[in-house]
Amino acid sequence: MFSWDLLANAVVAGVLLGGFYAAVSLGIGLIFGLLDIANIAQPAFLILGAYAAYVMNSAYGLDPILAGIAFTPVFYLLGAVVYRVYYGSFERRGQESLRGLVFFFGILFIIEVSLSRKFGVDYRLVQAGYIGKSIDLGGIGISFRYLVPCLVGVAMTLALYLFLARTFYGRAIMAVSQDQAALRLMGADPIRIKTIAFGIGIAAASLAGALLIMIAPVIPSTDRDYIGRMFAITVLGGMGSIGGTLVAAVILGVVESIMATFFGPSWSLAVSFGILLAALAVRPSGLFGR
Amino acid sequence: MTRTRVLIAVAVATLVVIAAAALVPVARAADPIKLGFGMALTGGLSANGKPALLAVEIWKDDVNKKGGLLGRPVQLVYYDDQTNPSTVPGIYTKLLDVDKVDLIISGYGTNLIAPLMPIAMERKLTLMGMFGLANNEKYQYPNYFQIQPAGPDPQTSTAIGFFELAAKQNPKPQTVAIVGADAEYPQNALVGARELIKRYGFKTVYDKTYPPSTVDYTPIVRAIKATNPDIVFVASYPPDSVGMLRAAHEVGLQPKIFGGGMVGLMFTTVMTSMGSLLNGVVNYDFWAPEPPFLAIAGVKDFLKEYQARAEKAGVDPLGYYLPPYSYALVQVLGQAVEATKGLDQQKIADYIRANEFNTIVGKVKFGKNGEWAKGRTLMVQYQKISGNSIDQFRGPGKKVVLYPDEFKSGNIIYPYAAALK
Repeated sequence: MFSWDLLANAVVAGVLLGGFYAAVSLGIGLIFGLLDIANIAQPAFLILGAYAAYVMNSAYGLDPILAGIAFTPVFYLLGAVVYRVYYGSFERRGQESLRGLVFFFGILFIIEVSLSRKFGVDYRLVQAGYIGKSIDLGGIGISFRYLVPCLVGVAMTLALYLFLARTFYGRAIMAVSQDQAALRLMGADPIRIKTIAFGIGIAAASLAGALLIMIAPVIPSTDRDYIGRMFAITVLGGMGSIGGTLVAAVILGVVESIMATFFGPSWSLAVSFGILLAALAVRPSGLFGR
Repeated sequence: MTRTRVLIAVAVATLVVIAAAALVPVARAADPIKLGFGMALTGGLSANGKPALLAVEIWKDDVNKKGGLLGRPVQLVYYDDQTNPSTVPGIYTKLLDVDKVDLIISGYGTNLIAPLMPIAMERKLTLMGMFGLANNEKYQYPNYFQIQPAGPDPQTSTAIGFFELAAKQNPKPQTVAIVGADAEYPQNALVGARELIKRYGFKTVYDKTYPPSTVDYTPIVRAIKATNPDIVFVASYPPDSVGMLRAAHEVGLQPKIFGGGMVGLMFTTVMTSMGSLLNGVVNYDFWAPEPPFLAIAGVKDFLKEYQARAEKAGVDPLGYYLPPYSYALVQVLGQAVEATKGLDQQKIADYIRANEFNTIVGKVKFGKNGEWAKGRTLMVQYQKISGNSIDQFRGPGKKVVLYPDEFKSGNIIYPYAAALK
């Protein structure tokens, strides 16, 4: 069944999927990869973002991406509050490892059940002019439903990369992930910096959630499908490497796509995670880990 | 006797009387008949579990308005099984031993019925199953009855109408692609499809499965398109049904017949979101707002009540898939209790096994393994849908019943591409 045409289509579809995976994983890349906080609740914030986009889209006809952007300040504040509670209750007392994990599990379930109570359990989707449309470029089909999230994902990655590399707060976030005490000596408050970083990580979920609901229907428990992928991409890319997150996301996307096209889709996830294990065996710190 | 002693004697006597009364389980007219069950109110199957609960609640209210069962009001006792089979034994043990329910029904779905079967068998209970596929095939428990109209051969029930229709078309399609999720229902449906492909002499050109958490379906659809099949049979759950349908349109997959066992396309939010993308899809279903079904007594009243309560309950606003059957399931149980004039589990089961019931989904008669004596899985085709309005789905003409003949409400538009115009 092999043909170059199919291969080209599979690679392009994989790259588009990877761009979306990057958008979904950026928040956890920042929170888990840089701050070392095992925020298991990140996929739930992602679904919360998807529902926010759904509400704005169904009630006011707002484009899901604009809705996702509009909600980023709200999610930022939400993230900041969650981090402060986490810090006050666990991190400050040195109990962040196991109890902190339970805290985030709790948040995940609270978000899931709250969404279920508020919106019920029907599958929700959004409408936009470009969803469902595709173009053919020399035999390679490109669905806008994947192209738009990919472009947004790449833009998010670039923006976060520049923020971390070029701004004071960005460099402070990089510093806090390396040496909290040294940062304090430089006159910056590490807790404030971590609050900002956590808030940005959750704000990213607002936009990524809007991308998610453009691609697939969502119910409150959809978050469970993404936990594994998000952490796998972060680890494969290298903890703390934002560019690595994008590369790892594209690798997983392309592998899934090629497997689904040529070897049977049931193998796609197994092979993706197999690659993760193999990569970690060779480079335990991930592809671009420090 | 001093005054204190008199008081003590009276108190002791009162306690003895109260204790004695508690020990004698006499059902008084006002005592409710308790119907117990677990239900998927959260988790993956809750999109069906919650509407099923609403339907059972409506039945309870209807029955109680008419004076209850055996002159006693009906009370529901239920717990959220979280779509998690491991919670089922605990829930039903509590229902039976602590809540002391009189009757039980299952929760929604094959996976949630499976762990309940041994409990019902051990305690010799009558068990009404709600949409389980072949749960009793191994046990052959005589007191189990299942309301999904799959019929005596559940494994081929999803696909039989699809392939029978395909075989009747002129020119007859030759090649088939089958694809489905790695989960219990799709796997069963694919096993049935393979058997039917042999029976009708089609040639399989693609036969693959995918993980339920797949995000992008376009590579799968593209691989199917590369095999150029005449028929594409899909066995999927709601997220993958939407993913496959969208991908088919994006990639331009246009076999002669497309659809089969796609769960979720009949859900109202999915129908309204997909809109005209649904046109031409031939898919299984159990109920459609077409004349043969709307003519059945009681169903219009039920749907009116269901739709009035649906928004508040946060469930499917139309309720055309599972709810009428959930209502029918408890209708059967209620009619059997009234007919046997008691709550004897064996008598109730014997009665259900031997009789035909009039319900809002029509006449129901159970046969081998507690399945419907004659299968009635429909094949419908979505036709002439435009836009995303919910109102177009309320009446006839959009989900035309093609199979079986006794419920047929229109003709197939063939090939698939013709229905897309």
